[in-house]
Amino acid sequence: MLERLRLALMATALALACGAVPARDAVPGSDDPALEARVMAVAEELRCLVCQNETIAASQADLAVDLRKQIRVKLRAGQSQQEILDFMSARYGDFVLYRPRLSASTLLLWLGPFALLLIAAGVLAFNIRRRRRAAVAPAWSEEQAQRARAMLLEADAGEPAQSADRSTKASV
Amino acid sequence: MKKALIPLAVFAVLLVFLVRGLSLKPHEIPSPLINKPAPAFSLPVLDAPQTLLAAQDLRGQVWILNVWASWCVACRAEHPLLVEFSKTGAVPIYGLNYKDKREDAMRWLERFGNPYTRSLSDTEGLVGIDFGVYGVPETFVIDKQGVIRMKQIGPVTPEVLRDEILPLVRKLGAGQAPAAALSVGVAGA
Repeated sequence: MLERLRLALMATALALACGAVPARDAVPGSDDPALEARVMAVAEELRCLVCQNETIAASQADLAVDLRKQIRVKLRAGQSQQEILDFMSARYGDFVLYRPRLSASTLLLWLGPFALLLIAAGVLAFNIRRRRRAAVAPAWSEEQAQRARAMLLEADAGEPAQSADRSTKASV
Repeated sequence: MKKALIPLAVFAVLLVFLVRGLSLKPHEIPSPLINKPAPAFSLPVLDAPQTLLAAQDLRGQVWILNVWASWCVACRAEHPLLVEFSKTGAVPIYGLNYKDKREDAMRWLERFGNPYTRSLSDTEGLVGIDFGVYGVPETFVIDKQGVIRMKQIGPVTPEVLRDEILPLVRKLGAGQAPAAALSVGVAGA
């Protein structure tokens, strides 16, 4: 908790110190823009464990800075993005991956939305079928229909259209 | 009648999730290192920087690794408990002095007491990364084979010490004095 407060204060101080300088993801750690772009690409795939809702690319937490440094060192040493992601998840768990892997524990996460969609489609199909059945079944008996027809004819013959409408509705 | 029960059922399901949510600690990320060999390291000893201590030097004994730093406020909260616990000699506590300055760390120990058999300087925080440290303090229990058996994220509390660390340490067959050690946890609570 206090650590977080400390970070928040540091972030505020940093923001004030930066003043008019446009916001940037992070201070680049080397002069090689191509390498920095690759560092950031990998960092985008990793979750900052301190802030949890930020990537390591976006976070200013101490740990995020250290991990970016590690990514840089490893890229320089010729490691691939996958190797670096494996390195991180071996230490911090799958939680560190911003795009969760498909595994037994994330199955619900990956398939849940589709399951919900399937359930919704099922409910929809069920309702449509029920309504269609209700529409097919005659709501009125033949006798009632005849009475209604007679009333409509009567109304057409004798009265102005408006009140005919009203009387139809009323009889229905 | 049946239809009226649907919102109730939905609410009941929601309630289950909400109650479950109360007991979750999203800030405590389960470590993949539990039941895995502790990462290898070789670090200078804090008060004797010429001496290196490696992970394999600690094989054959149950030990505790406590990650701490002089700049870490929460470390101060757990520190008196560690100092008291170390006096029982139940299990050696090794400190990982994480991203700290040597002078600051030494002064801190002088002021608040030194519960550590040895403290190791991890100035760059690289060993911390190997241990998956993402917040200080963190505490690991490591068995005789060098396997991490437990990780405590955040300060060690008297409850954690009494209910989790001590029983585990005893089960792993650490040295003597577990009875005396147990009273520390109670007294601290």
